[in-house]
Amino acid sequence: MTHNIYLYIFVAAAVSCLIRTLPLTLIRGKIENPFIRSFLYYVPYVTLAVMTFPAIITAPQVPIAGIIALIAGVIAAWRGLNMMGIAALCCAVVFICETIANI
Amino acid sequence: MNRNKNAFTNGLRDGLPIALGYFAVAFSLGIVAKKAGLNPFQGFLSSLLNHASAGEYAEFTVIMANAPYLEMVFVILITNIRYMLMSCALSQKFHTGTSYTHRFFVGFGITDEIFGISIGRTGALNPYYTYGAMAIALPGWSLGTAIGIVAGNILPSSIVSALSVALYGMFIAIIVPAAKANQIVGVVIVISFLASFAVSKISLFAHMSDSLKISLLTLIIAGAAAALFPVKDADDNSAADSDQEVSVYDS
Repeated sequence: MTHNIYLYIFVAAAVSCLIRTLPLTLIRGKIENPFIRSFLYYVPYVTLAVMTFPAIITAPQVPIAGIIALIAGVIAAWRGLNMMGIAALCCAVVFICETIANI
Repeated sequence: MNRNKNAFTNGLRDGLPIALGYFAVAFSLGIVAKKAGLNPFQGFLSSLLNHASAGEYAEFTVIMANAPYLEMVFVILITNIRYMLMSCALSQKFHTGTSYTHRFFVGFGITDEIFGISIGRTGALNPYYTYGAMAIALPGWSLGTAIGIVAGNILPSSIVSALSVALYGMFIAIIVPAAKANQIVGVVIVISFLASFAVSKISLFAHMSDSLKISLLTLIIAGAAAALFPVKDADDNSAADSDQEVSVYDS
């Protein structure tokens, strides 16, 4: 049986939307439980860290370019460079490293 | 009124780099969408409604396999489950009186990056800040997908490769300043790096999707951190009044 692409998209969108909106709309008060408060405090940092590494190494064609981009990005962020600047820096590092590697 | 306008403008400003990064990533997602048989409009629609990189990648593989709709439900549930955690975290960032409408639309806009910059605001979150970021980032994502379907492999691979790290640069921009400000957060981030690297190398987890790995690691590491280093209220509500635009808004 052939499925309808629009129906696929709609099903995926509906599930995504429920996942994203249910906790926000159902949890209206401040959560008092200290464990849950702490857990939610750490969640964003852990998620972003886990997504960044090792993916930043496997995304470019040359893995070492990703490692250098990571180091450069961390140093720049530590020194207070803004988000746009860090993203551009990482791209530039990968581009330069891969250009050198391909010579 | 001015506070909301101000928050929206700030959201637009912070959303611009996200939109540029999204455009590049969505472009490569469009190439996958094309393989799955989507036309540019369908790709645009999918990205506007779903706006999730791993989730949409999984969505297109389901479409490509012509699998049952129920499988789509399951696959999206697993790949996007981290947004549920983010939604819980954002619920604590609102004033308790925030309306259902604002809660719904901010929730709808959650992506890794929009969540990241929203949760990173000092004090309570003004929904208009998130709307500003959504207003520029989501079209960037959707247009990138559509153009990726149309243009396919126009960009040289060296450019695609360089652009592929833009998103990670943005993640670094969020986590490193947090680590600098709070040593425990720094330790938690380093442990997250190591654990994520280990999981990617252990063949036992090879069949697990990336999104499922991310969700499980988040549950375990953030849970352990919360048990070992509980956060005092002062830590997560600090500087509530240092940012004038966010504390109050018209609903």
